[in-house]
Amino acid sequence: MSDRIVDKTAAELAADIREGRLTAVAVTTAFLDRIAAVDGTVKAFLHVDREGALATAREVDEALARGEELGPLAGVPIAVKDVVVTKGLPTTAASKILEGWIPPYDATITERIKAAKMPILGKTNLDEFAMGSSTEYSAYAQTVNPWDTARIPGGSGGGSAAAVAAKMAPLAIGTDTGGSIRQPGAVTGTFGAKPTYGSNSRYGLIAFSSSLDTPGPVSRNALDGALLHEVISGYDPRDSTAIDAPVPPVVAAAKAGADGDLSGVKLGVVKEFDQTFDAAEPGVVEAYRQAVEQLAKLGAEIVEVSCPSFSYALPTYYLIAPSEASSNLARYDGVRYGLRAGDDGRHGLEEVMSLTREAGFGPEVKRRIILGTYALSAGYVDAFYGKAQKVRTLIKRDFEAAFERVDALISPTTPFIAFKFGERTGDPYQMYLADLYTIPTNLYGGPGVSVPVGLSEGMPVGLQVMGPVMGDDITYRVAAAVESTQDTLLADTAPEIEEQ
Amino acid sequence: MSTISREEVAHLARLARLEVTDDELDAFAGQLDVILESMKTLAEVDTDGVQPTSHAVPLVNVFREDRPQPSLPRDAVLAGAPDTAEDRFRVPRILDEEA
Repeated sequence: MSDRIVDKTAAELAADIREGRLTAVAVTTAFLDRIAAVDGTVKAFLHVDREGALATAREVDEALARGEELGPLAGVPIAVKDVVVTKGLPTTAASKILEGWIPPYDATITERIKAAKMPILGKTNLDEFAMGSSTEYSAYAQTVNPWDTARIPGGSGGGSAAAVAAKMAPLAIGTDTGGSIRQPGAVTGTFGAKPTYGSNSRYGLIAFSSSLDTPGPVSRNALDGALLHEVISGYDPRDSTAIDAPVPPVVAAAKAGADGDLSGVKLGVVKEFDQTFDAAEPGVVEAYRQAVEQLAKLGAEIVEVSCPSFSYALPTYYLIAPSEASSNLARYDGVRYGLRAGDDGRHGLEEVMSLTREAGFGPEVKRRIILGTYALSAGYVDAFYGKAQKVRTLIKRDFEAAFERVDALISPTTPFIAFKFGERTGDPYQMYLADLYTIPTNLYGGPGVSVPVGLSEGMPVGLQVMGPVMGDDITYRVAAAVESTQDTLLADTAPEIEEQ
Repeated sequence: MSTISREEVAHLARLARLEVTDDELDAFAGQLDVILESMKTLAEVDTDGVQPTSHAVPLVNVFREDRPQPSLPRDAVLAGAPDTAEDRFRVPRILDEEA
């Protein structure tokens, strides 16, 4: 265990605070100071709320001094992806169209973080409206990968992943529509979990693709992720697609997995993913294969399964998600919130809407709005959107059939290590390939986590573990078992960033 | 033969209320063509008799009791608007002036 506060895990910090070895104010101050020292380089945060975070920390210390019982993560600070609304704190979705907007309400998960007395350090950077795999599409800042500042931190949740990887926050919130928690986790050597769709409320999440969006935890290890998962998860009547069922016991599962015993657990490797490995980076495939061997040594039975429809997941996703986005983003019309452009008395309402949206949206958002409009337009809707929805059914059936034979599926999280800035922005389809292995889970609705398993060219590689709907616990158990084989957590071996 | 023309992209942008520039049109037409080309592979999949999935979770209508609940204060909502007048959202003129 390290002496430096920022090196400690969330579980260690929570215990230190609860048992009086550290005050919540000291912990929060340490992370705020770390942000001040390294975020000039990393640029993970769009907004830092020093006063707000310290006020919550003081409340925790006062409550503990009075002998009050607090939640399991009380006093442990957290960073929140800037697509989750926070009352009184700027929320932009990294878009110019929401510049300066201060939400008048909290998302359900924000409310739960506040109720758990976790100081909110600030809001983290992302690809505009969570559309992207590199955070290069943020309208505000270029977040870098703490492992190599010439490389992307993944996306869309690059800010949350980089904040945790650079030890500016022990925990963060991400959102995952096609891989936006798991792929940044993989390329920054951190843990990230996309929970079962509907198990974590979408209320107050700025909508991208409503049938896919899922908020979840970002952390340095599975246990920390599980602790946060249990704070934010659970039924919410304000989300009409919420699942009214008990939260899977992910903390217990992460603790069980730490024993490193997976006997009796059947893990499926997907034949159709293996067939894509020629196009993946050899170092990534190698690290993945070693992880599979390691899992077998822990007692897991490795079974090959076939999921033929997975080969069509990428085009299916890039029809469904932009279609939903084109509809969801119609609300940015320059009337009720955010930017308005061209309102000079010479333009009518419709012209002002078009000028506002032209000025406020970046290139990837425009591309997806146009793509979605195309897929939904008369004459094409059956061939594109309708067809994609039917293939989605087949993908779901492939998962259901697989989970009759195995407890969880495993794969690389993403086909390549963090790429260099600008490498894929010119060719959107090359960017989309980053989500090749994560997208099927979103279309199905089940849980998926990414856990660091090794390095390729000195950069982290992640293993993805996918579970059945509401079977989040098995994904945490397998991830924690993987971590138990590492002498030092991969997240703890990142190069030190020079403090300023 | 491209799947989508520059003119089609311009039409879609208009439908989506996006005032795109000429440069954007050129770039988007090429990029969308590559993306749409990849989507044609879906035509290979036999989906005869397959029901579409619109949502991951099979749900029927979710109802709540029809009781008034507190909503956000008017001033808090209007505070985020680009322009307001007389406790309302102010918008530019909606109808074109008569010719």
